[in-house]
Amino acid sequence: MTAAEIRNEILDILSDIAPDEDLSGLDDSKSFREQMELDSMDFLDIVMELRKRHRVQIPEEDYGNLASMHLTVTYLEPKMRDIVAA
Amino acid sequence: MSIYPDRTSTLPDDQRIVMTAVGLASPNGPNLESYREALLAGRSGVRNYNIRYVGDTHAGVCEFEGTKYQNRRDARRGTRAGTVGIWSASEAIARSGLDWANVDKSRVGIYIGITEHGNVETENEIYSISQFNYDTTVWSHHHNPRTVANNPAGEIALNLGITGPHYTIGAACAAGNAGIIQGVQMLRLGECDLAIAGGVSESIHTFGIFASFKSQGALASHGDPTKASRPFDKDRSGIVVAEGGCLYILERLSDAKKRSANIIAEIVSYAINTDATDFVLPNPERQAQCVRLALARGGLNPEQIQIVSTHATGTTSGDNQECEALRQVFSGVPGVRFNNTKSFIGHTMGAAGALELAGNLPSFQDGVCHATINVDNLDPACALDGLVINQPQELGRIDYILNNSFGMLGINSVLVVRRF
Repeated sequence: MTAAEIRNEILDILSDIAPDEDLSGLDDSKSFREQMELDSMDFLDIVMELRKRHRVQIPEEDYGNLASMHLTVTYLEPKMRDIVAA
Repeated sequence: MSIYPDRTSTLPDDQRIVMTAVGLASPNGPNLESYREALLAGRSGVRNYNIRYVGDTHAGVCEFEGTKYQNRRDARRGTRAGTVGIWSASEAIARSGLDWANVDKSRVGIYIGITEHGNVETENEIYSISQFNYDTTVWSHHHNPRTVANNPAGEIALNLGITGPHYTIGAACAAGNAGIIQGVQMLRLGECDLAIAGGVSESIHTFGIFASFKSQGALASHGDPTKASRPFDKDRSGIVVAEGGCLYILERLSDAKKRSANIIAEIVSYAINTDATDFVLPNPERQAQCVRLALARGGLNPEQIQIVSTHATGTTSGDNQECEALRQVFSGVPGVRFNNTKSFIGHTMGAAGALELAGNLPSFQDGVCHATINVDNLDPACALDGLVINQPQELGRIDYILNNSFGMLGINSVLVVRRF
């Protein structure tokens, strides 16, 4: 997956987790929490969906890397490089 | 001085408990008006239904505008029982005339009857991990908050910002009555000033309940789903499982009077007892005892009851035993009528007692007893004098309704309400 494809995948997961949120103006450099109503259970949903969809394992000590879209994509790129986008 | 010859009317107003609103989700209507209209029109809410592993069957399915009171994020995170509960509670509040924004939320109690809770969510998770070779690392972190036994009541509390007590009452299919009874008791004890009480059910989303009734030979089947639920009929084939919710706003009469609330009924009496004889088979002696206890506590005679809302589910044993119990109490009593709401909506499990009572409450205004539908071939064992079948009956003034609700492991509950 490319960085753009990973970003789209995260957006898709976020739209499932927070279906009432408007994600069209999401600022990749700002934290998700600044822009959306997300709590720790929602972040676990992101981790869980990546595990279910792509078998990507994210250890608990790395959860801080999912704070913003930019950080998330940067963190996931090496892990998802060999995954073919659906 | 009250015109009513019952014991409750002699109590001080702060010990008398009244219903000031009801919110509900029924398979044949999302509010009391549409539900009552369907009951009087003889319209069933049962449809064909397909569920994982069991396949094609019938069920009572509720349709309501869930997003009116709950955002989609919370609905996804929570349970169907929570969503049904939030709808029912919010509708009740909206209809209560309460200045909700200024109600002290720490003095509101939530008491929700449930038959079971957690089967749906557990089955879903097991199905989910089965798609991943039973890898438990994909088991949802939402499973525990979804399946704790207080979940439906807790979701209502979260949604409405209620900080008083909230919990569920597990009472098999007597739970709807049991939830109301709990609310009455807590108001009398002064544990809360306002109770949101009744029952909810999400049971149609668990294949296990269908499969278990099927294995028991107690799951209804019919070529026409609207005819599948047929208590008292010789050609009945069992229970139609349904989802639903029905929650009342309960208040002390003194508080209701203070705010000039519209009072839809007063709870005159109640009783809960136990068969202690079998896991599933009812005991008519104990059921009759429960009815008599409710009457005696209220200082009532059987002759004062105009409508008995029966529990009958459409199983031969259950229907016949309840009729036997009712004969023991009401035989020779003129004027009493018996009806059955499950014939329209199926068995809404934890909601049944509360929902079936709600369908009868408009009788205090319109003087009509709704029918039991689908009785084409009345079982002689169920031929109660006064059984209202297939067409509603105009009775004129109705003062007292007695509501039966029984459940597995031999739990019996009876609630008596009267017009106010």
